[in-house]
Amino acid sequence: MSIRLGAIIAGLGIVGILFFWSLLPGAINYAPPEKPDYYAFKEKPIAPEGGFSFEGPFGKWDNAQLQRGYQVYKEVCAACHGLKFVAFRNLSELGYSEAEVQAEAANWTVPGIDPNTGETTTRPGKPTDQFPSPFANDVAAAAANNNAIPPDLSLMTKARKDGTNYVYSLLAGYGEADPEIAATVPEFETPAGLYFNKYFSNVNIAMAPPIVIDGQVTYADGTEATVNQMSADVAAFLTWTAEPTLVKRKQTGWPVLGFLLFATILAYLSKKQIWAGLKPKKK
Amino acid sequence: MSFAWAKQYEPKNDFTKWIDEKLPLPRLVYNAVGAGYPVPRNLNYMWNFGVLAGFCLMIQIITGVILAMHYAANTEVAFATTEHIMRNVNSGWLMRYAHANGASFFFIVIYLHIFRGLYYSSYKAPREMIWLLGVVIFLLMMATAFMGYVLPWGQMSFWGAKVITGLFGAIPLVGESLQTWLLGGFAPDNAALNRFFSLHFLLPFVIAGVVILHIWALHIPGSSNPTGIEVKKESDTVPFHPYYTAKDGFGLGIFLLAFTFMVFFLPNMLGHPDNYIEANPLSTPALIVPEWYFLPFYAILRAFTDDLTIPFTGIVLIQAKLLGVIAMFGSILVWFILPWLDKSPVRSGHYRPMFKKFFWFGLIPCMALLTYCGGAPAEQPYVLLSQIATAYYFLHFLVILPIVSQIEVPKPLPYSITESVLGSDDAAPGNSASSGAKGAGEAGSLQPAE
Repeated sequence: MSIRLGAIIAGLGIVGILFFWSLLPGAINYAPPEKPDYYAFKEKPIAPEGGFSFEGPFGKWDNAQLQRGYQVYKEVCAACHGLKFVAFRNLSELGYSEAEVQAEAANWTVPGIDPNTGETTTRPGKPTDQFPSPFANDVAAAAANNNAIPPDLSLMTKARKDGTNYVYSLLAGYGEADPEIAATVPEFETPAGLYFNKYFSNVNIAMAPPIVIDGQVTYADGTEATVNQMSADVAAFLTWTAEPTLVKRKQTGWPVLGFLLFATILAYLSKKQIWAGLKPKKK
Repeated sequence: MSFAWAKQYEPKNDFTKWIDEKLPLPRLVYNAVGAGYPVPRNLNYMWNFGVLAGFCLMIQIITGVILAMHYAANTEVAFATTEHIMRNVNSGWLMRYAHANGASFFFIVIYLHIFRGLYYSSYKAPREMIWLLGVVIFLLMMATAFMGYVLPWGQMSFWGAKVITGLFGAIPLVGESLQTWLLGGFAPDNAALNRFFSLHFLLPFVIAGVVILHIWALHIPGSSNPTGIEVKKESDTVPFHPYYTAKDGFGLGIFLLAFTFMVFFLPNMLGHPDNYIEANPLSTPALIVPEWYFLPFYAILRAFTDDLTIPFTGIVLIQAKLLGVIAMFGSILVWFILPWLDKSPVRSGHYRPMFKKFFWFGLIPCMALLTYCGGAPAEQPYVLLSQIATAYYFLHFLVILPIVSQIEVPKPLPYSITESVLGSDDAAPGNSASSGAKGAGEAGSLQPAE
């Protein structure tokens, strides 16, 4: 009995402290937080028309799109953003031949060591090299970019909620603040040096619009390079860099599920048969 | 240790006879999970989760040992080696996704196992020791899972480690020294990562050891069952093998279907995107949240928003943070005294009308609310909701349970497990042996179908 009495007293004590010292003052001064002004503008990421080929349980990479996306990365993004977890050899997964991968790698300049003097230098890339970082270090990156360090893009689509659509929306979503909404929050303004983008976490992003006009990139495969097309292509490419095994994962999943379904049905039937003798017989 | 009618292990050939003389391991297995362990015949599918939890522990140890072959516990490279596993190690992505989702599924299974125990009062005499060891396993699991989440050294790894180890700082006088000593520094860094890795590798084997004790303790009174009445005679039980090996086999199939579906098609759903950003001590995430299975306890921690002061004097007796820490640990420690708080002679919630209402309409919604609030920002109305839910949580175990077990009038229990399954039992008083002998009696025999 004493342990139960003690428990009741302890329980009422804990709840009493919680109620009188935390809950009651909180309830008396109840005030839901005021959302910052930028919440008025924020929007959830949207998908490009037609979505992406790798979505859904049967999704597959669209190699042509990934190659276009790589071209956009190389000609636009790579000026500021690295891709440190990806190696040139991985490009063969996009449908490039071995020779093409070698040629592509050689187009890039990577840090190296002079074989004669031992001094640090640069050399053309080899398929085994990782993509080089555009800046020597974070300090250099910050100094060149108004104190905002351009993040590495290898994992970007996994590091954001709804990442693929987020990258697409962000790239294609620069513009002016909606004047009607702006009228409701007169205090709001985009600080100098930042750019308005309704898909960014606080709608003011340090990155200048990277993809600005149609035809900014001349696609090797002749696809019309609209802003939306380029944004979607590079979003697809960055989905591949974030998880090169994405399609393989889904393709492995089906036979595994199929086998397990078969095994589970067998397990059910054997369970049923083993237990059959124990069931009450109906008269 | 077992019922008188339990089948005895009989070695069939010279080799098994020789083994049985030197090291009777096959006999041990036979008596533990073979035909030599008589189990109540009426267990429902909620009794599958013990075996499933053991299976989860195996998945975690196997995938974990493989991951450890490719991972390096150093803040400089931990994040990169994790990505190396995902990209360059053959099937490394599968091992890592299975390990990460395996942790989540382990907790799903263990929560169902625990709440099964709570509903059917499996913690009551003579099974207190099984329950106590189970709570120890749960605490070890929480420590292991927490340290495992730190290893990839992403943003949530780092900041989660910082928040949780910061809890030790709330202890009066020695708190800050203790925190520094535990971390090997003033903030989570290389020293902390190394010891977390070491302990994360060690603790699963400690868990495995306590699991053996848990099962040993189980085999002394034998398994509980949904009616909560004790086994009386042979017709109340069936041998574990083949009956429950078959039933657990089917349960395992369903479990694996759900588990592999998550691993192959939604592997990141239960994770947080921020953990794909490398740890950065200079950049705090907008919202620091633990893994989903810690959310109820995280909500209890944050429910205490104000210091305990002497009114109108401003003298602080206990700081809010320390109150939260005490409540969070207390919310699990209270399970240790549960067998002595609930004095109802009836075990199963099925026959306890009042207890049943508090369980389904009190405890379960309370846990759901705590989980929801734990993942929400520390602002109204979530703070108020988590305070209400926290209050109910402690009231449920410490106040409602002892009182309900005192005043409740339970429903009549069946005479035996046999009666609960077959609708009648020849041995029951007032049931003449002749009437049901041909129908129910035969059906109750222990022969499996051909």
